[in-house]
Amino acid sequence: MGKHKTPMLDELENGPWPSFVSDIKQQVEKGKHILKDAPDDLLGVLEMSYEDKVTHWKHGGIVGVFGYGGGIIGRYCDQPQQFPGVAHFHTVRVNQPSSKYYTTKFLRELCDLWDRHGSGLTNMHGSTGDIVFLGTTTDHLEPLFYDMTHELNQDLGGSGSNLRTPECCLGMSRCEFACYDSQEACHQMTNAYQEELHRPAFPYKFKFKFDACPNGCVASIARSDMSVIGTWRDDIRINQEAVKAYVGGELKPNAGAHSSRDWGKFDIIAEVINLCPTNCMCWDGSKLEINNAECVRCMHCLNVMPRALRIGEDRGASILFGAKAPILEGAQMSTLTVPFMKMEPPFDELKELIEKVWDWWMEEGKNRERLGELIQRKSMQEFLRVIELEPDPRMVDEPRSNPYIFWKEEEVEGGWTRDIEVYRTKHPR
Amino acid sequence: MPYDPSNPLQDRITDIGPKYFREFFPPVIEKNFGKWVYHEILEPGVLVHVAESGDEIYTVRVGGARLMSVELLREMAEIADKYCGGYLRFTTRNNIEFLVSDKAKVKPLVDDLKSRKFDGGSYKFPVGGTGSGITNIVHTQGWAHCHTPAIDASGVVKAVMDSLFDEFGSMRMPAPVRVSLACCLNMCGAVHCSDIAILGIHRKPPMIDGEWIDKLCELPLAIAACPTAAIKPAKTASGLKALEVNAERCMFCGNCYTMCAAMPLADEVGSGIAILVGGKLSNRISKPKFSKVVIPFIPNEPPRWPSTVDAVKKIVDVYAKDARKYERLGDWAERIGWERFFEKTEIPFTHHLIDDYRFAYTTWRQSTQFKF
Repeated sequence: MGKHKTPMLDELENGPWPSFVSDIKQQVEKGKHILKDAPDDLLGVLEMSYEDKVTHWKHGGIVGVFGYGGGIIGRYCDQPQQFPGVAHFHTVRVNQPSSKYYTTKFLRELCDLWDRHGSGLTNMHGSTGDIVFLGTTTDHLEPLFYDMTHELNQDLGGSGSNLRTPECCLGMSRCEFACYDSQEACHQMTNAYQEELHRPAFPYKFKFKFDACPNGCVASIARSDMSVIGTWRDDIRINQEAVKAYVGGELKPNAGAHSSRDWGKFDIIAEVINLCPTNCMCWDGSKLEINNAECVRCMHCLNVMPRALRIGEDRGASILFGAKAPILEGAQMSTLTVPFMKMEPPFDELKELIEKVWDWWMEEGKNRERLGELIQRKSMQEFLRVIELEPDPRMVDEPRSNPYIFWKEEEVEGGWTRDIEVYRTKHPR
Repeated sequence: MPYDPSNPLQDRITDIGPKYFREFFPPVIEKNFGKWVYHEILEPGVLVHVAESGDEIYTVRVGGARLMSVELLREMAEIADKYCGGYLRFTTRNNIEFLVSDKAKVKPLVDDLKSRKFDGGSYKFPVGGTGSGITNIVHTQGWAHCHTPAIDASGVVKAVMDSLFDEFGSMRMPAPVRVSLACCLNMCGAVHCSDIAILGIHRKPPMIDGEWIDKLCELPLAIAACPTAAIKPAKTASGLKALEVNAERCMFCGNCYTMCAAMPLADEVGSGIAILVGGKLSNRISKPKFSKVVIPFIPNEPPRWPSTVDAVKKIVDVYAKDARKYERLGDWAERIGWERFFEKTEIPFTHHLIDDYRFAYTTWRQSTQFKF
């Protein structure tokens, strides 16, 4: 039994979903972690917050390891006498492997390391992707980092005004829709920009995320300043026999994703042809045709008939910039900037683009201004000029409707320097 | 040789990055990398992927609480050793996937996972989270670790997932329903682009810790942190430099507190939950969409947040009954019209839901097209 009474948290041991309370209690009782009181006192302070309906963590906290400007989120309890086990309760961000595959050997090494230096509690994983070691004291930070780098060959993740830990979908490792190696791109960009990740040098945070197709399994379009989303530019490959197998009912639509409910017999017209956003498909009862020139590669037909339809063979990625949450100027999703780029290691073209974007934002970005806000403030046109891209109708949903158009002086015959007296010779006052 | 605090830069290793992901691939994944032909969802929580070579990999997906102990991680490792040759992974929604190369081991694994419970009775490893169901809730730190939350994260998620539990283990929704939670409007995670989003909000302006503010804060940063320019310089009665908040202009975002420790605003009754719906981030059929606020406030009700749970459940039920196959919640709401959404879900429409931030005009209705 823990030393604090937690009647409200105990309620959260009921119900079928895995209870974090039961799990923390199990750590209290069985755990071999060095900070003996931490999980128990965490429950204690959390119970106090449930009573008060307000957090009991003090504002901020600046801790870290020598050589780095980020990676660890300092945190101090505002009731240290009552809950000494969480008086210090810093979290350590540990850079996860691309798409979070683990061997049990490595997972155990991580657990052993955290037992020796912390609370035994984790987040698997933080929203940005990191393995999160939840709760340790300042004096453990350097020894933890030393052991992690020396014994596990493993580095910290990012925090602060820098490149945060990049993340990707599982890509080609286990998905037939993957249009490029999102894991390799993620890994290589992470390593190429270690300096930018560990030592904050930016106006604000910057995130990369890599989705290998437009289904967006790592949500890059919403959750990264630079979103790399796989696509293709040739034809969808059609297996007509498999299409017939779907129509005939031998194959389950959407790989069986709707199978707990009776939606009736698969109707290719209603479920595929008529839902295509560009109406570029037709089915004559025996043959499926796609006018690929009009296809926007939304993935719907491939998602519904994965055994009949496959991505094209001329593959790459679209690159979008500027997603962010609401603070300060409102939420943004990323804006299409490079419609298509080939994505082959070592990704030199991508790196060149990244560095142009950073050069501009690091110079022009205001304090705590995300890239998406800078693009809004300085204009998409300015952004395209600095990254040396020609404007393209694919970059807009629609052309502007207001006529408040800026022209460059050199675009206008005769320039802007005019003499009012010359004007008056034809137009008297 | 351990770390030597008297010589901190000795033997320091830096900038080595993450482990290379390929070190952790099961042999079948390594062999068939980039050569997958198709997949199938065999039952809720169980996938098979088939490669050009004919090789198969089975995946058993289970729910995770995200906040987890190393004891639980070790139990996962034991399971993965027994059935999976020592391989497992985590998903982008914090579920756990056991990767099985041997088909004969799938059923014993699923049975084993379903049999494991915590002492309190909850499942340790509920199987599901695939297809058109309701998978894990992407969420944040809440009162367990953060200083700016308006609500808890883990507790609300547990309460909501308990009520949606049957949908985690089945696939009877018209399309996947992504539920997310953020404990303040920094929106760490995916709240701005989810089918249903639970968001912590405040309703009282910050207090000013006048004797301390100039000692603790860079005042210009706090002023610049305000999206509505509600903060200006001021002096305390004792003549100290401080800040003043124009309460009429403050919409309680909390960004000034993020910048300045002397401006706390969380409150027992002022803080609580807003519900947003209709966001998505895939490009399937329709373009990605932001979630929209449909319930401006629900009070914090620890430990089980019953009003929030009821509100989410009601929206899910009405959507599941009314929407067409493949229609995401936002696609459905847009097709029937938001006026019909409010009618069907019986959610009252209040002035708080009408946008009034900057170019809000585009969200009003410039049309005579509406439903009575």
